[in-house]
Amino acid sequence: MSESPQRADGDSREPALALAGLTKRFGTTTAVNGIDLHMPRGQLLALLGPNGAGKTTTIELCEGFLRPDAGAVRVLGHDPVAAGAALRPLIGVMPQGGGAYPGIGCAEMLRLVASCAAQPLDVDWLLDVLGLSACGRTPFKRLSGGQQQRLSLACAIVNRPELVFLDEPTAGMDPQARRLVWELLAALRADGVSVLLTTHLMEEAETLADHVVIIDHGEIVASGSPTALTNGDPENTQMRFRARAGLDTRLLAAALPEGYVVRETSPGSYRVDGSVDPQVISAVTAWCAQQGVLAEQLQVGKRDLEDVFLELTGRELRA
Amino acid sequence: MTDTPPRFAPGTFAPAPGRGSIPRMLFTHARVETLLTLRHGEQILLTLLIPLALLVGLTLLDVLPMGDLVAADGSSVAKVDWVTPRILALAVMSSAFTGQAIALGFDRRYGVLKRLSATALPRWMLVTGRIVAALVVVTAQVLVLGGVAALLGWQPALSGALMAVLLLVIGTICFGALGVLLGGALRAEIVLALANIAWFVLLLAGGILLAPAALPDALAVVVRLLPSGALAEGLRAALVDGTTAWAELGVLAAWGAGAGTLASRTTKLS
Repeated sequence: MSESPQRADGDSREPALALAGLTKRFGTTTAVNGIDLHMPRGQLLALLGPNGAGKTTTIELCEGFLRPDAGAVRVLGHDPVAAGAALRPLIGVMPQGGGAYPGIGCAEMLRLVASCAAQPLDVDWLLDVLGLSACGRTPFKRLSGGQQQRLSLACAIVNRPELVFLDEPTAGMDPQARRLVWELLAALRADGVSVLLTTHLMEEAETLADHVVIIDHGEIVASGSPTALTNGDPENTQMRFRARAGLDTRLLAAALPEGYVVRETSPGSYRVDGSVDPQVISAVTAWCAQQGVLAEQLQVGKRDLEDVFLELTGRELRA
Repeated sequence: MTDTPPRFAPGTFAPAPGRGSIPRMLFTHARVETLLTLRHGEQILLTLLIPLALLVGLTLLDVLPMGDLVAADGSSVAKVDWVTPRILALAVMSSAFTGQAIALGFDRRYGVLKRLSATALPRWMLVTGRIVAALVVVTAQVLVLGGVAALLGWQPALSGALMAVLLLVIGTICFGALGVLLGGALRAEIVLALANIAWFVLLLAGGILLAPAALPDALAVVVRLLPSGALAEGLRAALVDGTTAWAELGVLAAWGAGAGTLASRTTKLS
């Protein structure tokens, strides 16, 4: 009964994703407002945005869980709502917060999802590499948040998909698990799997993604490779250092030539924005010496992805 | 990144998509649904222990007005023969309706439906797997309850056996559709409360413990048109009198079709 092992992916020249004017409203709120996006096959695309920006809505429109109010979605050349039955064998989905029967064993759940695929990955191997072998019989509701996430990731890739959607795949994972997942995502990409992921971790997007899309209020505010996004300005445009928390940044700014901005980005972490030359470095360290503090981990460089993200989406906390 | 060999050999995740075989998917899904029901303590209490206690209790004690224990042909009916069909109706309602609704409410809360509908599992199989599981559970209930009833001296009319099987199957599907209607639309806690209240009300006033014949005429008419009353009366006709019960079967089919149609519009994945 199983389908022939030939690739059932339709026209392989079709892009992984093609969104045109995609719009979705919930009541009076416009969650996704006219998004255009083209994702070639084999890429890893990271979708960034503050909470409520429209990331999950965009992904659920691509997965066929939501119908767009306007615009078009094509996933591997298929309409995810009208041709869902043809599309679903080709994709892998990791919904936010996972998904399994509360009382089901971890291995039992993965076996159930694997049974839906023609040529699934070896379930025991997958449980083993994701560190889930020891909790194979533990009911889902008693797994830790990180274990539930790893099981959900396993369910998303067990069918050897062409394209995977991962909604915050490393949320709630400890650093070891996060590194393992990053390694796995890199392997997926290397094997030609297209990956769309959402994340709040800039490091995740910066290390893994070919392409980063930042959305806010349902609209794309920036799009490009991580280097392109951070290369908008010349080198040496900022200087970072660590020192005792609570230094008076206005006094330091006053000790520098006009136009330099000094911020304490988190307690004890300082950033000077402006063209950094040897005189500026010397002025900063001299001022620190006057205050009787040592400027540590002094670094000169340019904006990183987090700076770009915060500049585009603002610094205020979202509800 | 490190000197250790890569954890994932190149080609490990090379795409090879495709849908699994339908019989295998259906078997695996129905098996999981069945095992989860049989493993769940509260479900066992509801689907087996309470019906067993009522079967034994009502057979051995005089607690219910059973009307005149007389069959259609005028012969007298043993108490166990009167009680057993009604307990079978209760068992179907407990597992296919109450148990199903509560399980679905919590499955949705835990995101199972969304998880499974993101796989190659066809949508119709999400329902079919649950129905197959419900039929397996009902079969187990009938075997256990029927076995205990036999020990208590139950002698069903064999001529009605086929009709009884038909009523049990259609009854399971009908109550299953009602369970999906309730469990598929509301929050898990509300489903839990409503499913238990409905179970209790139908048990007492829906034609299961009290036969329509023992109720005031106006109420009896209504009760006969309820799925609980129709299943209990249908099973009584089949297993006590050995007659057909097409009207009752029709009532069950109508409820099932109505609930199924409505549920297909109101059921939410999460």
